[in-house]
Amino acid sequence: MDYEAVIGLEVHVELKTKTKIFCPSTTEFGGAPNTHTCPVCLGLPGVLPVLNKKVLEYAIRAALALNCEIAEFSKFDRKNYYYPDMPKNYQISQYDLPLAKNGYLDIEVDGRTRRIGITRLHMEEDTGKLVHQGTITTTPYSLVDYNRAGVPLIEIVSEPDLRSPEEARIYMEKLRSIIQYTGVSDCKMEEGSLRCDANVSVRPKGSPEFGTKTEIKNMNSFKALQRALSYEVQRQIDVLEEGGRIIQETRTWDEGKGVTLPMRSKEEAHDYRYFPEPDLVPLVIDRRWVEEIRASLPELPDRRRQRYLEQFGLPAYDASVLTSTIELAEYFEACTAHYPDAKTVSNWIMGDLSRLLNVHNLEITQCRIRPEQLARMLRLIDQGTISGKIAKTVFEEMFATGSDPEKIVKEKGLVQITDEGAIAAIVEEVIANHPKVVEDYRAGKEKALGFLVGQVMKATRGKANPELVNRLFKARL
Amino acid sequence: MELYYLTAHELHDLLVDRQITAEELCRAFFERIDAVEDKLKAFVTITRENALARAKEIDRQIAAGGQIAPLAGIPVAVKDNLCTEGVRTTCSSKILYNFIPPYSATVITRLNQAGAVILGKTNLDEFAMGSSTENSGFFPTHNPWDLERVPGGSSGGSAVAVAAGEAAVALGSDTGGSIRQPAAFCGIVGLKPTYGAVSRFGLMAFASSLDQIGPLTRDVTDAALVMNVIAGHDPLDSTSAPGPVPDYTAYLQNGIKGLKIGVPKEYMGEGISPAVKQVVAEALAALADLGAQIEETSLPHSEYALPAYYLIAPAEASSNLARYDGVRYGYRAEGGTDVVDMFMKTRSLGFGPEVKRRIMLGTYALSAGYYDAYYLKALKVRTLIKQDFDRAFASYDVLLSPTTPSPAFRQGEKVADPLQMYMSDICTLAINLAGLPGISIPAGFADGLPVGMQLIGKPFDEGTLLRVAYTFEQNTEHHKARPKI
Ligand SMILES: [Zn+2]
Repeated sequence: MDYEAVIGLEVHVELKTKTKIFCPSTTEFGGAPNTHTCPVCLGLPGVLPVLNKKVLEYAIRAALALNCEIAEFSKFDRKNYYYPDMPKNYQISQYDLPLAKNGYLDIEVDGRTRRIGITRLHMEEDTGKLVHQGTITTTPYSLVDYNRAGVPLIEIVSEPDLRSPEEARIYMEKLRSIIQYTGVSDCKMEEGSLRCDANVSVRPKGSPEFGTKTEIKNMNSFKALQRALSYEVQRQIDVLEEGGRIIQETRTWDEGKGVTLPMRSKEEAHDYRYFPEPDLVPLVIDRRWVEEIRASLPELPDRRRQRYLEQFGLPAYDASVLTSTIELAEYFEACTAHYPDAKTVSNWIMGDLSRLLNVHNLEITQCRIRPEQLARMLRLIDQGTISGKIAKTVFEEMFATGSDPEKIVKEKGLVQITDEGAIAAIVEEVIANHPKVVEDYRAGKEKALGFLVGQVMKATRGKANPELVNRLFKARL
Repeated sequence: MELYYLTAHELHDLLVDRQITAEELCRAFFERIDAVEDKLKAFVTITRENALARAKEIDRQIAAGGQIAPLAGIPVAVKDNLCTEGVRTTCSSKILYNFIPPYSATVITRLNQAGAVILGKTNLDEFAMGSSTENSGFFPTHNPWDLERVPGGSSGGSAVAVAAGEAAVALGSDTGGSIRQPAAFCGIVGLKPTYGAVSRFGLMAFASSLDQIGPLTRDVTDAALVMNVIAGHDPLDSTSAPGPVPDYTAYLQNGIKGLKIGVPKEYMGEGISPAVKQVVAEALAALADLGAQIEETSLPHSEYALPAYYLIAPAEASSNLARYDGVRYGYRAEGGTDVVDMFMKTRSLGFGPEVKRRIMLGTYALSAGYYDAYYLKALKVRTLIKQDFDRAFASYDVLLSPTTPSPAFRQGEKVADPLQMYMSDICTLAINLAGLPGISIPAGFADGLPVGMQLIGKPFDEGTLLRVAYTFEQNTEHHKARPKI
């Protein structure tokens, strides 16, 4: 039988406000344990939460970028359960009246656009972090760090619209891109500012019914997400094929073993006893404010990509890569402001620049080459001051030092030799020294010319204008 | 009259006239505490050194010629569920026996800024759950009018301190009657402000949607003076009301001609002792003589207030008290085999029986499958009760009732029967559910025990309550009685 997967994702995004959601403590990542805390986020007796308005603004911003409806009336609720990483033994979250709902985002799969529904988006506080050996019930002691407790999160729940692990990964990447564009989160999976759980089931292809689902946790990268879901989908199909039944349960992804494993039922059997948070007043959200936030949204990736196709005439692939993050897109556009040949700019950014950033593990925002410097280097090529080959050397030097291209060319003596007389002399010398090769060329071996040109380039340490060298050889032989 | 039995405004006059210093005043109150505290047990912690140092500082300020604020140098007691920076704050619970907060409640900060001298922290029913102060995790407090009787609760320690001259004024907290009921039992004034009038920041929460901090004082003027200090918006409490704060003393006017007073029949019926009915009837007659129009009215959903309260308050408490788990502060039981076992041992040994009872009640009311039938239904009843009051206030300026069904009962009398104990708040609970202001003032005596009457006002209309209370007080003598101890 043919099966199809039905996948929904629950994504947690840490908002990069300066302070926590309900207190003035800093949200900065890292820091010595328990130094980014105060009585409120430590849950001391008698203290009260006060909503950070910036959190509400950022959450609305993200929700609008995801095409959600913003509630007119919303509230916070308490989610009650005992765990030592939660200072109050309840988490302030939103239950039945979330901030936003009914959104969507579009993903491209195999050249087709698929619209994935977003059920809801709500705000909540993050928990602290426990450090122990083995599990919490077997460790001799646990250490707890509340630096992260109270950092603002938004939870974004998708409809079960995803039909393959690949779609789930693409959805996640797209979601990250959109959220990053809005500027409300860094979305770094490795720092935990972007996290994801999945609900997975399978059903016979074409069936309108849903199968029994499992919840998959602990997927810490995009690769892990796709791998874990692929494993889980296949596992469920195997169970059904063998005549078994899927058990509704929470499973954890074991990256090392490459399998999903059931979590012990004790860790998941919760009745959260949600009830309205009495320490916070309900939210009545001003429509004008929502419209102000909407108006302040940047051009989002889909529209920007479309514009790159139309305005710059870029290939679809280039447009997608360049618009994948807002920083890269803005770098690209800053370059084109100084150098209008967009395709050439794109080639350099997607080629040499991306390679160097990768090698040095840097972000585009850390790049030392300013857009107008890149543009000037491209003009040096156009003017024939340097060859395309020499330009790669200049570019690496610019990347390492941030120096101007003209200065590098001058200091390193990289100016292209375009003096026809000087090159002609070297050409004569090469012809004299390699009679056999000259013979071969005259006999029709085109490749031999390459060798001869190479000898001239070698003698000039790459500075000879390659077109000129070619022309001289052809004329002479 | 003895110095320690004067009101705060009388003491203020002595300070202004330089007849006494703040230090002398402070020492006089500690002498009184030393003389009677063994019998009364009003305090959990006495902060003698801090208080004397503070009093001397106030004297220096007075000597420097500054204006003397109304509460400057006035000896104050505060309930031990109000956080005091650097001073142990226990909620009268073993689970917090060693907790020293690194911050003060907003009301404490405001008292300090006003120059008040805090003498110590007073006893309460553990986590403010109770009506007799017998549920304290440490010891019971005794009523100064009859040491065999309870002082009421949960602010029993604060009420006794004021009634017996161990402090001039005190702060308490009121979730279902915890200021008004002990004020009535001890023959003093107790004001529960409108929900949101006073910041709850630093009040160890029992039921967040019901808790309010308020004054316990010897007369109505002192209640207004304390309100002037503690009321007002606090950015640290989202539920505290924004907007300007009135000068509460401006409402201290002798005159209620034409004022309409409604007496809800449900508060004068079955369960109210004949002696209390008699005192309230006499008080009503006095108010009528002063020109008030008095009519019987009805709050038809009153009988559901108690069951609704005992679902909502424990539900919130079950969550509010979840943080006391032995992980970060307070008591931790020895010998836990793992984290869950440590949680269970700590909470089993750290909490007393009434607190555990309410945590279980609340947990049950919020549980899957019971939420709609209990918690949600209680919220709906709460709305109906609010609507009852709205309707009544369309016709009346204030409502009047007994504060308690009977005068102070004997120690131990109701300990074995929680429902009987809960019934002692039957006249006060609904006011918290509706978020309204209520004040209990001395209305007379029954068999030598004080009887209180309660005035209930419109939201943020403490002013009218103060005016009616002040007028009654100016024309009667009940508030001048002092226990002989
Ligand atoms: Zn904090």
